[in-house]
Formats: sequence, C-alpha cells, structure tokens
Amino acid sequence: MAGKTLYDKLWELHEVVRREDGSSLLYIDRQILHEVTSPQAFEGLRLAKRAPWRAGANIATPDHNVPTTRAERAGGLAAIADEVSRLQVQTLDENCEDFGITEFKMNDPRQGIVHVVGPEQGATLPGMTVVCGDSHTSTHGAFGALAHGIGTSEVEHVLATQCLVAQKMKNMRVRVEGEIPPGVTAKDIVLAIIGKIGTAGGNGHALEFAGSAISALSMEGRMTVCNMAIEAGARVGMVAVDEKTIAYFNGRPLAPKGAQWDAAVAHWRTLVSDADAQFDREVELRAEDIKPQVSWGTSPEMVVAVDGCTPDPAQEASPTKRASIERALHYMGLAPKQPIKSIQLDRIFIGSCTNARIEDLRAAAAVAKGRKVARSIKQALVVPGSGLVKTQAEREGLDQIFLDAGFEWREPGCSMCLAMNPDRLEPGEHCASTSNRNFEGRQGSGGRTHLVSPAMAAAAAIAGHFVDVRELQ
Amino acid sequence: MTPFTTHTGLVAPLDRANVDTDQIIPKQFLKSIKRTGFGPNLFDEWRYLDIGQPGQDCSKRPLNSDFILNAARYQGASVLLARENFGCGSSREHAPWALAEYGFRAIIAPSFADIFFNNSFKNGLLPIVLPAEAVNALFAQCEANEGYTLSVDLAAQTVTRQDGVQYSFDVDAFRKHCLLNGLDDIGLTLQEHAAIKAFEARHKAAQPWLFAGLG
Ligand code: SF4
Repeated sequence: MAGKTLYDKLWELHEVVRREDGSSLLYIDRQILHEVTSPQAFEGLRLAKRAPWRAGANIATPDHNVPTTRAERAGGLAAIADEVSRLQVQTLDENCEDFGITEFKMNDPRQGIVHVVGPEQGATLPGMTVVCGDSHTSTHGAFGALAHGIGTSEVEHVLATQCLVAQKMKNMRVRVEGEIPPGVTAKDIVLAIIGKIGTAGGNGHALEFAGSAISALSMEGRMTVCNMAIEAGARVGMVAVDEKTIAYFNGRPLAPKGAQWDAAVAHWRTLVSDADAQFDREVELRAEDIKPQVSWGTSPEMVVAVDGCTPDPAQEASPTKRASIERALHYMGLAPKQPIKSIQLDRIFIGSCTNARIEDLRAAAAVAKGRKVARSIKQALVVPGSGLVKTQAEREGLDQIFLDAGFEWREPGCSMCLAMNPDRLEPGEHCASTSNRNFEGRQGSGGRTHLVSPAMAAAAAIAGHFVDVRELQ
Repeated sequence: MTPFTTHTGLVAPLDRANVDTDQIIPKQFLKSIKRTGFGPNLFDEWRYLDIGQPGQDCSKRPLNSDFILNAARYQGASVLLARENFGCGSSREHAPWALAEYGFRAIIAPSFADIFFNNSFKNGLLPIVLPAEAVNALFAQCEANEGYTLSVDLAAQTVTRQDGVQYSFDVDAFRKHCLLNGLDDIGLTLQEHAAIKAFEARHKAAQPWLFAGLG
C-alpha cells in the first residue's frame, strides 16, 4: 500500500465520523475570528440559543477595517472615523465578551492580522486543524497544520459544534528544487508557481509545497508561499514539519512546555508526507529559473519577471483568454508588450498577511536604507502585520530607516490590502503592493495593483517605477 | 434555509471568466453586521456608473447600460450563466448572499472556486457544473433568444432546455439532501454529539497541548 501524504495524515487525525454520503465531520482545533465574517455567525448562535462548543478553541482580533494612523488608533474605538467600521469592531468586542472568547482588542500589543497573530502566539501549532472566515487561512499550513478559509455559515457551525462538514480533497504537490538566486524571495516563488499553474490550478486539491528551495525558506517565507495557495485555487497550502518549524514554536505563549513540549515535538516530527506517498498531481519548478516577479494584470496568474513585458493578446489563441488579457490591459492602463520597468507608480504598499512579518520589513528596509522615496510617489506605506512585529521592527530601528526614506510607518492591520479602512488607491493609480490580490478595485475603486515582494516594492518606491532589485547597488 | 427542489427561470449570461468575489460584492459592503441588504450592491462596480457606498439608495444611482444584468430582457433573471472559475477570491459569504438576494437560485458554469461553491449550498443557491461545450451552447442559445429560460431539477440532477435537451449534473449526496430539505447543517451535526465528545476525549488524551488555555 502506498504511503500517506501529510494531508492524508492530518485528515485522518481529525476525522470524527465519515457519513454514508462520503462527507465527514472534521474536528477543528483552532478557530480564529475577525470582525468582518463573524458578526452574522454570532447572530446565528444567539437566534438558535446555542453556546460555543469550546470557547477556548477560538481567538479573535480585529484587523480588516481598523484604522492604521496613530491619531485614530490612539483615540480607541470611539475615534474610528468610519461609523460602519466602528460598529463592526465594536460588535466583535461585544460578541467575544458575551461568548467568553479571548480577543486581542484593537490597541492590545498582540493585535494584528489574523494570519500573523495566530502563529506568533502559538495559537497555530503543527498538526492542528485551523479555520478562519478568511481565505488566506492557508497561511497556517506553513507549520504542517491543516488550515483553510471558511464562510460565515461555517464559522457559526464551528463555533457551535467544533466540527466542519468537509469532503476530502485530492493531493497535489508543487516541488521547487534547486538554489534560490539572490534577490528572489518567497513571494517571487509563489507568484511564479501561480503564473505556471494558474488561478484555478489547485482547485479541489490540498497543495503541499516541497523541494529543497521550500526547505531553504524561513518560516516567514513558507507562510508567504502558503498564504497565496488560495490564489492558485487551493484552499489548503502546506509545508511538512522540519527542525525549523519546531524551533519556531519554542517559547511561544500558547506552545506546549516541559514534558508536553517533548511529546509534541515527537508527534510533530511525524507530520511529513511518506517517501512513497502518491499525489494526484505533481508540478515541479526549478528555483534557478525564478526571477523577481511583478503582476501586470487583474488576476494573480497575470505575472511576469521584472525584466519582461506585458503580453500581446494578438498572440493568444484562445478567444476567452485573449479577451481577458485585453480587458486586463485596458483596466490597468497598459499597452501590449510594454516593458514592466516602464510602469510608473503612484503609491507603494508594504504590508498584508502575505508580507508584513519581521523578515519582510527587514528586506524592504535593507533596500530603503540611506535612499529616498521618489518625488513622484504620492504615498509609500509600511504597515506591520501585528503589534509585536511593529515593536520588534522599532527595536531594530527599521521604523527610522523607513521614515528617513520618506515612507509612512503605520499601526498594524490589513490596511490597503483590501482598502476597507481609509488606506486606498484613487481611480487609475498604480500601486506596487506586497499583498496577494490584484483584482479590479481590490485596493480602491479603479485602482491598479501590481503584486511584488517587499524588496521589489521598496526598490520601486525609490525609483518611482519598477526596477530589478538585483541590479541595485 | 430556503429549500431548493425544482426551479424554472429566466437566464442571464455573464460572459467573463474568473469572476471574483470582489466583483460580486465589493468590500465596502462587507462592513454590514447583517446577512441581508447585499442584493442592490451585487456586481456594484459593473452595475453602476458611480462608486457605491454602503447605505445609499441604489434606485437613484446611474446604471451602466453596458452591463448585461441591466439589459431590459434580463430583468427578473434567476439563473446565472457564467464562465470558468466563478467566485474565485475571498471566502466572503456575502457573495452568495448578494446573488441570492438579487434573485438568483442557480448558477451554471464550467467550474467554480471551491469556497464559493461550498458557501452557495448553505444559502439555497445551487451551483451547477456543466461541461464547457454545454455551457457554450447555453450561452449561444441564451443570447439568441429573448426570454430564454431553463429548468433545474435538483432531485433528478438535471438542467432542461425549452427544446427538451437535458443535461445532468453531479452533486454530492449530503449537500443535495440539505438543499432539498432546507436543513440546518448545525442541527444535523449536533445529532452526532456523542461521537464528537468521544473523539474530543481521545484527541485530548493524545495531544493535550492542543487544549491549552488561552487568556
Ligand atoms: S491582509 Fe489582506 S488578505 Fe490578509 S487577511 Fe487582511 S485583508 Fe485578507
């Protein structure tokens, strides 16, 4: 019999019952809640007079529409200028209080983007099932956890039953082998993967990232890769447990201690795909072939290397694809075969659950150090992923490097990643963004998003247009 | 949840691939703490010429006459014809809420994004996967014939054209059962209370660290 994949093992360890129709009840170890997708779930619980199955399995933090300026934050809840945002944040506070759920409130130093906060606290651990009403929950798979986004009805279902009705997905493995060239980051790797397999390439599959280039990444880098599994259509992205994974949790507030730590580590070491495991689909990339990536269109699969050009729709045989290239170029205000380096930028956004951890800020600061943001740039934002990331960055003096270069240094939250708070693009503006989605209007109505790594975003801020970070001296 | 048994309705063709959830319901409308009120903002950026804000009276906003759902012949449509990877992007359940509130009961496409597909079932909205050739044929027929309708029968798992041509589709048994009967998932799961409790006890004995207290 063939061996098991990591996904097979995690699934088996959490399957409560398999129903006759092929669906299963999957036990959920951790649910993370935020203000946007939870209010209707709590409302549902109240209406049905149900209590949470295990309140302690949940943690919450507001992130999507908290303001990120010092002034608004300092004033607390009452100072959130947008009335509807304030009501959402306040509703989360009230719900957590009523149902006995631990919340890192807006100005708690541990507050931040759900996918940064979970691992940081050890609320996400290897071998867990982790869900959140947010599609980028795939991020937590970087630790050998089974993690994916769910809808609000499912948030309510997990609150009430500690289970999810689920159907087992297929197994897919993407291997990135070889040595990562200098100037190429986890973000470039995942953008290159999405460029190769497409935004629907992983539909219906749990995606394991493997290979020597993935092993070489830090935990932060692996989180960046898993974060964007959903942009390849896969709800689940995972990396097997290794010594780096284990070291990451040592001393985290919610990680096991003492004898439990030893038992946990022994278990965690089994969380790898067996050598003879069978995958339904396998894709391989060579790390040496990957260059810094820039998205040119309105879907994350519309990416190209920084030294490349936008595509020529006339060369596309499929009429549906040709039409979508034409529509994307039109929306983005770009010409066919236009060099990426000629794209002038208006705003820069360094942040989001993809790239707002300490390593990302260090990479951007290394480029910004001693340089100045181009005068043509209207705004360059750096938004740390959590209060703890912010404190750490300030301890290292990164905030000062950014401020000296002309960047704004903000309070933690999702910010311009989806522009639910006041940080957003004006129609027609081009933004070099370290976030994960370049859909039409994502960062503000009519806004034009280019997805890049933190180092590439910082380099673009300095030059005013895209440049190859490998050519910076 | 509204049960879905059979439905016959006017079809509207949305001829774009990869329609994402930001398009279906832009994020400024996610600030609501309610489950309702999203219908008027479905496809907001394509549907109106101005930029939509929550709480507006949408009946007074300028309509984009080029957008297919604004065409007179598609008013009252309840079956949406779409292209591949419909509903990609975020997990927001606001997307199926908006589609259902607008009046759609079924969406036919060659493929759907996983989370959207799953969310739809929980809201009485039936996503139907048909082969690309079948979807192409439906697009052609729908565009050529004003007042084009299709009939969906969930129990029989069929989509039937006015000319009698029938397509069958797959749907998993559990989802079908829930949708046919309008059943609440949570109530059903809680019938397995004892099994969950027993699993939980075993799980805790094996990995006590998963149950560490927060606070
Ligand atoms: S940072 Fe962006 S992608 Fe991540 S959780 Fe927030 S809004 Fe979603």
